[in-house]
Amino acid sequence: MSAEPVVNLNQPVADRVAKTTCYMCACRCGIDVHITDGKVRYIDGNRDHPVNRGVICGKGSAGIMQHYSPARLRAPMRRVGPRGSGEFEEISWDEALALATDWLGEVRRSDPRRLAFFTGRDQSQSLTGFWAMQYGTPNFAAHGGFCSVNMAAGGLYTFGGAFWEFGDPDWDLTKYFMLFGVAEDHASNPIKIGIGKLKSRGAKVVSINPVRTGYNAVADEWVGIRPGTDGLFVGALIHELFRTRQVDLDYLIRYTNAPWLVIEAPGAADDGLFARDEAGAPLVWDKASGGLASGLGPDVQPVLTGRRTLADGRMARPVFELMAERYLDPTYSPEAVAEGTGVPAEQIRRLAAEIAHVAFREEIVLDQPWTDWTGRRHEKMIGRPVSMHAMRGISAHSNGFQTCRMIHILQILLGSIDCPGGFRYKPPYPRQAPPWLLPHGASRDVRPDEPLGGPHLGFPLGPQHLLLNEDDSPARIDKGFSWDAPMSAHGLMHMVINNAATKDPYGIDVLFMYMANMAWNSSMNVGGTIEALTRKDENGDYVIPKIIYSDSYYSETVPYADLILPDTTYLERWDCISLLDRPISEADMAADSIRWPVVEPDRDVRGFQEVLIDLGGRLGLPAFTNADGSPKYPGGYPDYIVNHQRKPGIGPLAGWRGADGTKTGNGAPNPQQLDRYIENGSFFAHHLKPEQAYFKHANRDYLTWAVEMGFRTVPLPTIFQLYSEPVQAFRLAAEGHGTRQPPETHRARIARYFDPLPFWYPPFEGSLVDEALYPLHAITQRPMHMYHSWGSQNAWLRQITAANRLYIHHDLGAQTGVTDDDWVWLASHLGRVKCQVRLMEGVNPDTVWTWNAIGKRRGAWNLSDDAPEMKEGFLLNHLISELLPKGGGGYRYSNSDPITGQAAWFDLRVNIAPADGAGATEPMFEPLGHAQLPPAPGKLAYGSQFRKAKT
Amino acid sequence: MTTLPPETGKKLGLVIDLDICVGCQACVTSCKEWNTGGHSAPLSDHDPYGADPSGAWLNRVHSYEYEKAGVSRTVHFPRSCLHCEEPACVTVCPTGASYKRIEDGIVLVNPDTCIGCKLCSWACPYGAREYDHDDGVMKKCTLCVDRIYNETIPEEDRVPSCVRACPTGARAFGDLGDPDSAVSKSVAAREGFGLLEEFGYKPVNRYLPPREAAPRAVVAEPQGETASLPNPRSAVERLFAWADRALSH
Amino acid sequence: MHPAYSVIFFTTSSGAGYGLLFWLSLLHAAGGAPDGRWSLLAILVMALVLITLGLLASTLHLGHPERAIGALSQWRSSWLSREGLAALATYVPAGLLALVWLFGIGTAWSVPLALLSAAGAVATVYCTGMIYASLPTIREWNMPMVPAIYLVLTAASGALILATLLALFGAASGWVALLTIATLMAAAALKWLYWARIDANPGKYTDEMAIGIPGASAIRQLDPPHTRPNYVMREMGYLVGRKHARRLRRIALASLCGLPLLLVLLALLWHAAAPFLLIVATLSAAVGLLIERWLFFAEASHVSMLYYGRKRA
Ligand SMILES: Nc1nc2c(c(=O)[nH]1)N[C@H]1C(S)=C(S)[C@@H](COP(=O)(O)OP(=O)(O)OC[C@H]3O[C@@H](n4cnc5c(=O)[nH]c(N)nc54)[C@H](O)[C@@H]3O)O[C@H]1N2
Ligand SMILES: Nc1nc2c(c(=O)[nH]1)N[C@H]1C(S)=C(S)[C@@H](COP(=O)(O)OP(=O)(O)OC[C@H]3O[C@@H](n4cnc5c(=O)[nH]c(N)nc54)[C@H](O)[C@@H]3O)O[C@H]1N2
Ligand code: SF4
Ligand code: SF4
Ligand code: SF4
Ligand code: SF4
Ligand code: SF4
Ligand SMILES: [Mo]
Repeated sequence: MSAEPVVNLNQPVADRVAKTTCYMCACRCGIDVHITDGKVRYIDGNRDHPVNRGVICGKGSAGIMQHYSPARLRAPMRRVGPRGSGEFEEISWDEALALATDWLGEVRRSDPRRLAFFTGRDQSQSLTGFWAMQYGTPNFAAHGGFCSVNMAAGGLYTFGGAFWEFGDPDWDLTKYFMLFGVAEDHASNPIKIGIGKLKSRGAKVVSINPVRTGYNAVADEWVGIRPGTDGLFVGALIHELFRTRQVDLDYLIRYTNAPWLVIEAPGAADDGLFARDEAGAPLVWDKASGGLASGLGPDVQPVLTGRRTLADGRMARPVFELMAERYLDPTYSPEAVAEGTGVPAEQIRRLAAEIAHVAFREEIVLDQPWTDWTGRRHEKMIGRPVSMHAMRGISAHSNGFQTCRMIHILQILLGSIDCPGGFRYKPPYPRQAPPWLLPHGASRDVRPDEPLGGPHLGFPLGPQHLLLNEDDSPARIDKGFSWDAPMSAHGLMHMVINNAATKDPYGIDVLFMYMANMAWNSSMNVGGTIEALTRKDENGDYVIPKIIYSDSYYSETVPYADLILPDTTYLERWDCISLLDRPISEADMAADSIRWPVVEPDRDVRGFQEVLIDLGGRLGLPAFTNADGSPKYPGGYPDYIVNHQRKPGIGPLAGWRGADGTKTGNGAPNPQQLDRYIENGSFFAHHLKPEQAYFKHANRDYLTWAVEMGFRTVPLPTIFQLYSEPVQAFRLAAEGHGTRQPPETHRARIARYFDPLPFWYPPFEGSLVDEALYPLHAITQRPMHMYHSWGSQNAWLRQITAANRLYIHHDLGAQTGVTDDDWVWLASHLGRVKCQVRLMEGVNPDTVWTWNAIGKRRGAWNLSDDAPEMKEGFLLNHLISELLPKGGGGYRYSNSDPITGQAAWFDLRVNIAPADGAGATEPMFEPLGHAQLPPAPGKLAYGSQFRKAKT
Repeated sequence: MTTLPPETGKKLGLVIDLDICVGCQACVTSCKEWNTGGHSAPLSDHDPYGADPSGAWLNRVHSYEYEKAGVSRTVHFPRSCLHCEEPACVTVCPTGASYKRIEDGIVLVNPDTCIGCKLCSWACPYGAREYDHDDGVMKKCTLCVDRIYNETIPEEDRVPSCVRACPTGARAFGDLGDPDSAVSKSVAAREGFGLLEEFGYKPVNRYLPPREAAPRAVVAEPQGETASLPNPRSAVERLFAWADRALSH
Repeated sequence: MHPAYSVIFFTTSSGAGYGLLFWLSLLHAAGGAPDGRWSLLAILVMALVLITLGLLASTLHLGHPERAIGALSQWRSSWLSREGLAALATYVPAGLLALVWLFGIGTAWSVPLALLSAAGAVATVYCTGMIYASLPTIREWNMPMVPAIYLVLTAASGALILATLLALFGAASGWVALLTIATLMAAAALKWLYWARIDANPGKYTDEMAIGIPGASAIRQLDPPHTRPNYVMREMGYLVGRKHARRLRRIALASLCGLPLLLVLLALLWHAAAPFLLIVATLSAAVGLLIERWLFFAEASHVSMLYYGRKRA
């Protein structure tokens, strides 16, 4: 018998470890990249990193295959064939930059509006937005408008924070967690870590989701709700809390506008606004003085009930009363909503009782003194350990803003915002509610060769802040901040191409895009979008004359651009994840991070930010040029990251500021800053003191620190806006008040949906189509191991999922007469898609769903034409229209939330019918040309080189 | 080497918590990237960008729906080699390339002597062995033998790659032969089970079953004191009366 | 199980070779062999060629044929190792016998060598059968009947070839013909029984056991681990459709046993046409045998498929 073979148990992993930040998705985890001979051997999670604490997800671990993808772009390219043909010629960077400067410069000199700069899944918005501001176009936004602006706006208008990356459940202390409409989310690893903690601790997890997979499969209770009806469900929970009188009255008085008096003067121009004193402070009825008093004063004892007479003799009522009346209305009783939501009344009642029980009878008391904004010291921190999280299942509906607000109201009634066990803000949040930031880009602000007066995106308080032209038409190409979408805090990227092609509101000269696959999975109505990208005018010229695009890979959008600026992979470039943008903070720390080139590019590619700064210099944008006209950041992006100051002392990165690196947040540029970041694992984290950790919206120590850091301007509290006055301001305009009123086409719509107290209304598509014809809801979910379209070029990830099925309930299968793998036609009012079904039990019976962005177009991503992604993979996007069917007024609104302009992906209504035979999915587009790509390898043995190194 | 050791020093294995696993595939790709450059490097892929992509993977995640006590549930189900105590995958091997380590019970393939006859994969009831067409040898979960003892990596990282990666903490690694180990204790506490025990290979890896949610105490209408409020009144009036009273305390 | 052509060819070809070797040896020992060492030698060489071609084919499906020698090392536990050893060991007496006949020396040695060769042939084929029969993962194989089937099919195919060769050499033997008839009938009977048995056995392992979650029933696979077949699915997941299998079974039995039986009987009666009839019988049996062997794999279901949506195995 031979002895056991000798195994080398001590083989070193690699030559070196480089710590940087992952970008296989937007979660921005810290990674340790193990490198041997310049090749990536292994990637795992950075244990010290605040976001992922050492773990890594399925995508992150497959980073090697993304980095070495055969679909990587190799050099700048200029289109030579027609759009879509994929006929390009490679050009030098000098030529590419000169061409771009030429195109962009001409527009800037004549009419900066004629540039639309939209940046997709951008993690450098503090730079790209600033650049666009410097350029002077009003037309800038990233992907937020088609992603989840309803969550951002709903939260920021309500309590100065939001679910969307701006806060987290208190994973360590919460005892009851409700997850609304989440399959994966941006906080990919943190949610997984958190759910693991909750489940191990025995905290209850309740999932509200039409589909039971992933997180929703491990939930202790699954509520398989009908899509678009969460507002009814949450309304019924609130109804129950009010009915059983289980709300945190002290919390409401201390932190919210519940006691503020609302003017009751139907027909008046200020009806429904807050009664205010001369200084503009909202009034409450003060018990101590027995009269009206400022609601902002530290010493008032407001009451929550009672109709009061104002100084001018008119009447006013506290928000609390209006709110209670709204939700105690029988329309929100569990019985009334049971049918619409598909959730039995007794289950709703039990859930309400459970949350109330946990909030009020299982409260958490931390022995941690803290001081509130008025200076009052509290010996303990009292926690109501119910937490919630919600994302696109709520936001991607046309009633998402109001539904999101309703969930926040539920949290606030329980007293569970930023308390132990509740929802916690991540710095720089909370902001004021809404943040003190107005949008810029109205026609009067746009001048040739001049920067815009301020940032593009913000939070209008009323019609006066809309971005309109002199004739009240939209100033922005996406109609953001117009009557179409007055509070569109993130713009409407999904409308840009269509609007530009129809020249509604106007035509443009250059469309400049970055990191967004708009010719495929990120557009509604793909066929229509492709048509818009290739539409020609009567002279045979493209209606969108010039398209510049930066991508790293040969996506479906690349062949439609005229000039390609090839980006690097995430391991090859500098990046800055800044507190000025969407930082990586956690609830008890402020944190930011960088990426740096841990391996050298082997192609003629450049980081997009690098290129943007270069262009800024060439175009002579003031902030990117010195007085003598020379470029201000000759060292490129790293130079900018270190030396750019937005305000004196405040720059892209908060860590190691000051000449000697000892300052945090505010301090002079430090030439060594990036080295410090790299040494520290590419991130910086400032931990909050225990007394700052909760009640941040009203915590003096936190608020003062936030002012020092530049997060806030004054140490005043954030007051939760249960009742939203800005929303009412828009409604008043629709009711005929003020100088700026909506056009007749929009008047009724604004009057109806701009309700200052959230309410539920049916999603638009369902009410505009014949529900008998389209009885089913169709939605998508993100697979945890795929990131939109990026994953399919990944040799490992696509072995897990290379094709998708339409998941339908067994009963629906039986009704339709189809079973696993049968082909069906799925049709909406826009068109139809041919796909294969899979039966399942864990889905709302009236809902069908599929994995998002698995279907690919032939010719893209360097996949073969017979790849499963092409033949079986399908998108629902072909069925989702960017415009709603014509309603009563004859106007075709965008398929979006009427308040924020959030794309309503999940409003889709469909029917299903068996399809004949097998074959392939439809619609099937012409293959894209891809002559510039090297042939993809027929097999891989990645890692064999490391074995050789071993022996 | 093909005869099984009568006893192994330890019984190293994995414990997978089905109550927590969300099916994220992190353990799957992390395993792939570690092992494609590790002891059994490479784990080859065929037609990686074409119509029929496939390759060698040592760990996979399925998802199933099932019914229990009339309630339907979804479970995500990771599977790799279970490092059985009495597996025929070892004894059928004609070359001795397949062996079970005496020291810790890990079942390994020697990539230098395996002839690629595939017989061991036929003998495994769990489908846990992976033939690498390109390399011509059998691959399987090594329990990351080249990590768990590796003195060139920090001690806390000396766990299998899949365990290190798992974001939810659904995977644990340890000595299941030692009743006092953390893994053995969690198996005991949660009634961990083995797969297809009826088969008789005595798998070492354990699975923790999905938990049944415990019913929670609730008080339907706790603010019963409002009973003293005059009846009948609407819910709104009762609420307002209660709020007034509560705030005047 | 995936029916790999190399393995099908290996088991059928070397099986027939061993059968031929076995009967030739016994015939020789019993003194019933034809006169003249050249025909003996020719038959023996034929046997060895069939065996060797089969063995070579079997190495084709190895990932590393150059390491095949290592496969002899684990005879303590591995039937495959034992098979290899038995096969090699059989070459020794058979090779010596060939030398004896080639050079016409020491005829006293030929009988012991023949008996050893026969024993080697039986041992090798038994080991082959046991490779399959010892696998508890595949209920269609894990039966004592399986080595018996391998042996009887070896016997039948060997006898048929022997009968054919003898007829060709003009030394047709009634005994061998009867032997052929007997073994073919035995083979048919055993196979019939085998199919009846596997059809009657639904498999004792269920998906519930495989998943193991206490109390779980009505299990359905929602998503497989890969959307395209992986190694396990391709290797263990192959399963021929029931209807198709039934038809193939009938064809296999007809061409493996039915037609050859008829032809052998006919050859007994019509001597002049015997060589031709027997050649046809052999070809028919070869086709039947290949189909039988293909079915042996294609009808075999593997326990691991319980994880890929099968209910029982
Ligand atoms: N049906 C349906 N459609 C949807 C959704 C849905 O739920 N259902 N979700 C919507 C949402 S929320 C979003 S955010 C969008 C997402 O859609 P997109 O933002 O379009 O996301 P990706 O498909 O990842 O495309 C981004 C592009 O960036 C490129 N890229 C990747 N890495 C880099 C890099 O490092 N540099 C550069 N320059 N480019 C890079 C990719 O190649 C790809 O072309 O999809 C939307 N579409
Ligand atoms: N792995 C991976 N991670 C990602 C991404 C990715 O592509 N892949 N994309 C990133 C991006 S851009 C985004 S925006 C986030 C989005 O992250 P998620 O918010 O998790 O987005 P989706 O995957 O679209 O999941 C939407 C969920 O809502 C459910 N749902 C649909 N309609 C309703 C409804 O009416 N009510 C309720 N309660 N639920 C409903 C769906 O079933 C689904 O589970 O994920 C980010 N993270
Ligand atoms: S969650 Fe996103 S950022 Fe984090 S490791 Fe995974 S892919 Fe990378
Ligand atoms: S799981 Fe399979 S491969 Fe692993 S030891 Fe058990 S029988 Fe062998
Ligand atoms: S494939 Fe390799 S390890 Fe498996 S039985 Fe054959 S020689 Fe042994
Ligand atoms: S222990 Fe190692 S080899 Fe085994 S499944 Fe986990 S990562 Fe893969
Ligand atoms: S990494 Fe963990 S949670 Fe994810 S599939 Fe694997 S075991 Fe499950
Ligand atoms: Mo998104």
